[in-house]
Amino acid sequence: MALRRMPAPIRLRELIRTIRTARTQAEEREMIQKECAAIRSSFREEDNTYRCRNVAKLLYMHMLGYPAHFGQLECLKLIASQKFTDKRIGYLGAMLLLDERQDVHLLMTNCIKNDLNHSTQYVQGLALCTLGCMGSSEMCRDLAGEVEKLLKTSNSYLRKKAALCAVHVIRKVPELMEMFLPATKNLLSEKNHGVLHTSVVLLTEMCERSPDMLAHFRKLVPQLVRILKNLIMSGYSPEHDVSGISDPFLQVRILRLLRILGKGDDDSSEAMNDILAQVATNTETSKNVGNAILYETVLTIMDIKSESGLRVLAINILGRFLLNNDKNIRYVALTSLLKTVQTDHNAVQRHRSTIVDCLKDLDVSIKRRAMELSFALVNGNNIRGMMKELLYFLDSCDPEFKADCASGVFLAAEKYAPSKRWHIDTIMRVLTTAGSYVRDDSVPNLIQLITNSVEMHAYTVQRLYKALLDDISQQPLVQVASWCIGEYGDLLVSGQCEEEEPIQVTEDEVLDVLEGLLVSNLSTPVTRGYALTAIMKLSTRFTSVNRIKKVVSIYGSSIDVELQQRAVEYNALFKKYDHMRPALLERMPIMEKTASNGPTEIVQTNGEAEPSVVEAKHPPPVTQPTNQANDLLDLLGGNDVVPVIQTTVPTKPASAGGELLDLLGDLSLSGGPAPAPATSVPSSQPAFLLDGLTSPPLFNDIAAAGIPPMTAYNKNGLKIDFTFERANPNPNIAVITIHASNSTEADMTDFVFQAAVPKTFQLQLLSPSSNVVPALNQGTVTQVIRVLNPQKQQLRMRIKLTYTHKGSAVQDLAEVNNFPPQSWQ
Amino acid sequence: MFALVANQKVVRDWPCFGVVLGGSFLPRGGYTVLLFKMQFMLLFSRQGKLRLQKWYVPLSDKEKKKITRELVQTVLARKPKMCSFLEWRDLKIVYKRYASLYFCCAIEDQDNELITLEIIHRYVELLDKYFGSVCELDIIFNFEKAYFILDEFLLGGEAQETSKKNVLKAIEQADLLQEKSHSA
Repeated sequence: MALRRMPAPIRLRELIRTIRTARTQAEEREMIQKECAAIRSSFREEDNTYRCRNVAKLLYMHMLGYPAHFGQLECLKLIASQKFTDKRIGYLGAMLLLDERQDVHLLMTNCIKNDLNHSTQYVQGLALCTLGCMGSSEMCRDLAGEVEKLLKTSNSYLRKKAALCAVHVIRKVPELMEMFLPATKNLLSEKNHGVLHTSVVLLTEMCERSPDMLAHFRKLVPQLVRILKNLIMSGYSPEHDVSGISDPFLQVRILRLLRILGKGDDDSSEAMNDILAQVATNTETSKNVGNAILYETVLTIMDIKSESGLRVLAINILGRFLLNNDKNIRYVALTSLLKTVQTDHNAVQRHRSTIVDCLKDLDVSIKRRAMELSFALVNGNNIRGMMKELLYFLDSCDPEFKADCASGVFLAAEKYAPSKRWHIDTIMRVLTTAGSYVRDDSVPNLIQLITNSVEMHAYTVQRLYKALLDDISQQPLVQVASWCIGEYGDLLVSGQCEEEEPIQVTEDEVLDVLEGLLVSNLSTPVTRGYALTAIMKLSTRFTSVNRIKKVVSIYGSSIDVELQQRAVEYNALFKKYDHMRPALLERMPIMEKTASNGPTEIVQTNGEAEPSVVEAKHPPPVTQPTNQANDLLDLLGGNDVVPVIQTTVPTKPASAGGELLDLLGDLSLSGGPAPAPATSVPSSQPAFLLDGLTSPPLFNDIAAAGIPPMTAYNKNGLKIDFTFERANPNPNIAVITIHASNSTEADMTDFVFQAAVPKTFQLQLLSPSSNVVPALNQGTVTQVIRVLNPQKQQLRMRIKLTYTHKGSAVQDLAEVNNFPPQSWQ
Repeated sequence: MFALVANQKVVRDWPCFGVVLGGSFLPRGGYTVLLFKMQFMLLFSRQGKLRLQKWYVPLSDKEKKKITRELVQTVLARKPKMCSFLEWRDLKIVYKRYASLYFCCAIEDQDNELITLEIIHRYVELLDKYFGSVCELDIIFNFEKAYFILDEFLLGGEAQETSKKNVLKAIEQADLLQEKSHSA
């Protein structure tokens, strides 16, 4: 029998050409299947000659989206071949078709090991590249020694690749980091830019992962500064030039490493101060590449312990970025400003108008950042102007922004509303323009706000009523409006509004509107509940009781169980408990302000979401504001706390300020760093806290008067001590310095200390010294708290600690009650 | 040569890899999460056809396809005047269009977007020098060369060589070596 030889498989380019002629997906699939079948046969024949070509074709088809797993082993065979062309395609195939999830990939290990020791550097290069791109932990363990060897070679082509390969090894198997330490010894003395660049990447990796390495490599700062200086000062170097700048990639990486080394370390920060200033002022800004370097420089300046002049320089660079025509530059400026707005608040405030202009940008990402930043910049001084811009933004922005924007407006309004009327108008504006996007907890919050603004009741109910006439589709608006009409309907029909022209409306018209809500398809069941209860309440405020009775009895047979229950109970109220009805349906008392985000608490007092208003067991909500308020406080087990003086507004939950809306929800916290005391005198702050004090940290101020220190917290290795001073001249201010230390073996990073005090006190937290508590008691984080205690009450404090330890986030709450009497007497 | 491994079960959930789709690369031992890294680079046409895909994080084929599909859709929906950066899942996407090809990189949170644009531009310059006024067809018909060039420029998502000349020299030498081994 004659052996029929298979025809030579078609070439790669021919296949590509053929496939591209396919006019439909089906046609393409057919071609692919045919070719795959041919390739499979060829593989089965163990054809060495054409294996490379076949795998290449397979890779092309894989890119089009077709399965290619049957080629995996063939890649391994190619890698093992002696021909360079085979290896090239083989390694490419391995990187595309294999990954560490497949057992098969381990078979590569031996080949890679051999190739790492190959006589041809391009083969070694292929092996290094593949290992550094997709090596699994097992492979890395097996081959780390080879990589380490190559890291010490004098061949710069291999050395640079080995450095990045080492980075990958360390990422996969962090325990192996130590073994690369000796090889790093003179990496920075290299002249070759490739090696320099990859070495800096390697050093960065090591420093980021290990505080010991970080400490060890700090001594490289002068060398790094020198290299950077040479890059800037050196003349034109065609090999590394990009638009007149010498090796921007290397400059950026060095700046980044400097950032890591300088963070939290005074000496290193000082050593790099000059070069940072130099880069910041001398870098050409006409092209993206210069701005990329400036951007990295700004990030470094903001992160290390730079002197204030340098920080101002950095913020100004960002300010200039904001005015740049290039959108990309504006985007990174906004991102960076968002990061620094907490720490350098006043400096960022100077650019407020430019930031607000960015709200009108067409780009979604820029808009979002501008919005976040705008909320962060709102304070008592600029609230009216800012709110105007933000409300305009709310009107016109995409739906994806509306919920966050609405929440932000509510928060800002609550903190800084210049008047109750303004506050209510603002809320109305949000409800009418973005009413369907506000969060669920807004409704109870707003109801509470409205209840407490006694003098505005008539105005509020009138405005809400008018809004309902226009539009009943936005449920939060409808719910708040129903509730108000139920409560204050009498004010509405009697036309008592002072703030604006009172409208003429009859009881029947009001009931028409409320009944309309009950029947409308647009109303959700919850809304219907609100409407029915409102109608019921009006039975004690209106004269047309019969009409109300009729409505209520109709809903006694409603299909909606919730509505039915209410109606039945209200019916019972009319029949058997009519004597209790007036008391039960009386005006709601003023609700003590507990939280800006405590829906559950408010629901209990509101009674709105609860159907059982009528059960005889429940005591009627008699008007006894203060006692009830105290009961409320006991129920919640918390102290009502005065909002802490803070110049920054908490923004989205994702940012540090968002932690304020949290477990300690019934306490307003001061969290995170406040602006540096030297430069900031927030104008929303009452004068007495800063009476007579012009200099910054108060440890310079007088006198401890011998108040003993105390340990406030000691758990899981974190210990927080308080030391005391009295601020002069105001003896009502106690100055507490917290000292946080960490006895565990790992650093505590992203450390944030927050504190809350009872209502009669006021609290101010200044910037912490750092947010890393070093391991093994190697250092402390200090932060100053100033407590104003005019009533000389016993000092109590609740603290909240958040930090990251060994990769996981830790959070703890504690009460501090053991203050020495001298600290508050 | 090879003893074919009898058990070729594909391992789907090795516990040591905390890689979530698009998430940061979490090493074993619970060390701090690394935040400077290019996770992948994609090249695709205006019709959404993939021309090159380089992944620097381990993901299954299915996950890669899903990411590619979603990202391509997202980027193609961008208007021309929008900025080159967008947030996507928990990554930053840096993209730029050169003629009919989109170059798209996914970087992690702390990375510098502007320098990533420069990286993309450098890669395009390399392709341009190598192919002589490169166009999409060059990349289609010589995709393996495009990969080779990329692998001489970046390794594990980081630049290994900042000199254009050196990258091109290395490719040239490797090509010569390939010629020689072919004719051998």
